[in-house]
Amino acid sequence: MKYLAKKFGSLFLTLLLVSFLSFFAFSVIPGDAAKSQLGTEATPERIEALQKEMGLDRPVLERYASWVTGFFHGDLGTSYSYLMPVGELIRDKVPITIAITVIAFLMILVVSIPIGIFTAQHAGGHLDRLIMTINQVIMSVPGFFIGILITYLFGLILKWFQPGAYVPISENFSGFIGYLVAPSAAIALPRCSMAVKMLRSSVLSQLDADYVRTAYSRGNSTRRVMYHHVLKNALIPVLTFWGMTIADIVANSIILEQVFSIPGMGNLLITSISNRDYPVVQGILVLIAALIIIINFVVDLLYGRIDPRIRVKD
Amino acid sequence: MKKKRNLTLIIGAVLTAFMLLFLLIGFFYTPYDPDAMNGAAKFAAPSLSHPFGCDHFGRDIFSRVLKGTGTTFFVAFATLLLGGTIGVLVGAFTGYFGGWIDEILMRINDVIVSFPGILLALVFIALLGPGKYNVILALGIVFIPSFARITRSEFLARKDMDYVKSARLMGVSHLRIIFVHILPNTVPSLLSMAAIGFNNAVLSEAGMSFLGIGVQPPDASLGRMLSESQTYLMTAPWGSVFPGLAVILLALGVSLLGDGLQKKGGN
Repeated sequence: MKYLAKKFGSLFLTLLLVSFLSFFAFSVIPGDAAKSQLGTEATPERIEALQKEMGLDRPVLERYASWVTGFFHGDLGTSYSYLMPVGELIRDKVPITIAITVIAFLMILVVSIPIGIFTAQHAGGHLDRLIMTINQVIMSVPGFFIGILITYLFGLILKWFQPGAYVPISENFSGFIGYLVAPSAAIALPRCSMAVKMLRSSVLSQLDADYVRTAYSRGNSTRRVMYHHVLKNALIPVLTFWGMTIADIVANSIILEQVFSIPGMGNLLITSISNRDYPVVQGILVLIAALIIIINFVVDLLYGRIDPRIRVKD
Repeated sequence: MKKKRNLTLIIGAVLTAFMLLFLLIGFFYTPYDPDAMNGAAKFAAPSLSHPFGCDHFGRDIFSRVLKGTGTTFFVAFATLLLGGTIGVLVGAFTGYFGGWIDEILMRINDVIVSFPGILLALVFIALLGPGKYNVILALGIVFIPSFARITRSEFLARKDMDYVKSARLMGVSHLRIIFVHILPNTVPSLLSMAAIGFNNAVLSEAGMSFLGIGVQPPDASLGRMLSESQTYLMTAPWGSVFPGLAVILLALGVSLLGDGLQKKGGN
């Protein structure tokens, strides 16, 4: 219980710190939002009026306090360029990011666990070497280039899906998921390689342990020893990596959305960065940051579950 | 095992040398002006006069890849230099002296490391605006924590070793101990960190330029070429293939080199 409370406290502090830093950073940058929104029609009086309307005439700390209060009420401010609540803008995009993350992560799990175990079992063999070489190459390929290759091969040549024909979730759920499979695969592939490499070395470090010999001596099959005994221990260091992988998928979906012309959160973020639409940028960043911090929090909790030694040490 | 270990190093070295040669040539000579548009050669397929073909403006892709590789290398190298130098300095001082500054900096480090680098870089670009030097600055800042962390752990492990103690007894100053006595010992682990960092920097730069918020025209950039050519993927796939290959070879060569060096050092 104390472990949980401590973790929860630091979760809350980090969230507050991240949101404050991003808020503060966007407040000190040169350039006035009111001035840029008015453009050529800017007169000193109109700028002042708009600044008042946007609340820019108040001190930073006061603005931050009201932003936080709004945040907890689901109000993220108003976009400068869309003139629409940020929360509403983001809300429609969230399912896309979640769907991509879930699909990509499942792909990574399904592919990397058997391959990781296989290569560890056959470490030094021809197939292991081949897989590890391919792995090394894939890790050096930018995710968006894999996306382009997938578009070319599966979209234009094999015609398994139609590039650019994104289906909104409200229209057709299976079509929506179907279109997201390709970008998810593009994100998953390089991370799959990393996951295989991690898992392989983690399993290798376990294979010499006494408990593995004991498990074998009690007549367990190789398969059972691998999946029930070794994997459980080998997963402990991999768990942190998985947490980071989820965060990584979310961040990289920003790029892959551009490749597959998906009107998601990444698209909105990039346009808003170019338009200097800071409420939107900040809303998205804090949301993603919150997501990542919560994932880390869950990983920490899982750690305590899987390996009781960690709970005692803290 | 011995044979394979050398192979990684050799392939990495050859690839890196090849790419270095490639971009050095591009620095002094390109067969065509990389920005010259030639309406007649629009979407020309690879041929003897245009080995990589031409893009939608009829620009020679070979010349542009030559220049673009140079830009990508420059950005990645400068990023590494910036992030590496600051990171090593921070790690060396915090690891050597410890104390509350160390405590605070490492807490901040932990938070930063848990964030995906590309996202942090996007934050900085949002603040600074797009452009080549802002990408270097943004990625450089993002790289500081990983270098700081690895240097710090090296210094922590070494600061109580006998050779450091005896140097202290002989009256050697702290600064001299840090830079002359301990730092050279950390070079092997810093080198492999640098290889990983370089690989990351190349991929991140390409990604950011692909999004249009990295290197800006008129600078040729591999990422930008990839995003421009994507529209014409069906009719002119060579516009995507060659810049993509250049990115892959650049990243792969250095990461193999790092792997090879690490294995050699671990022996």
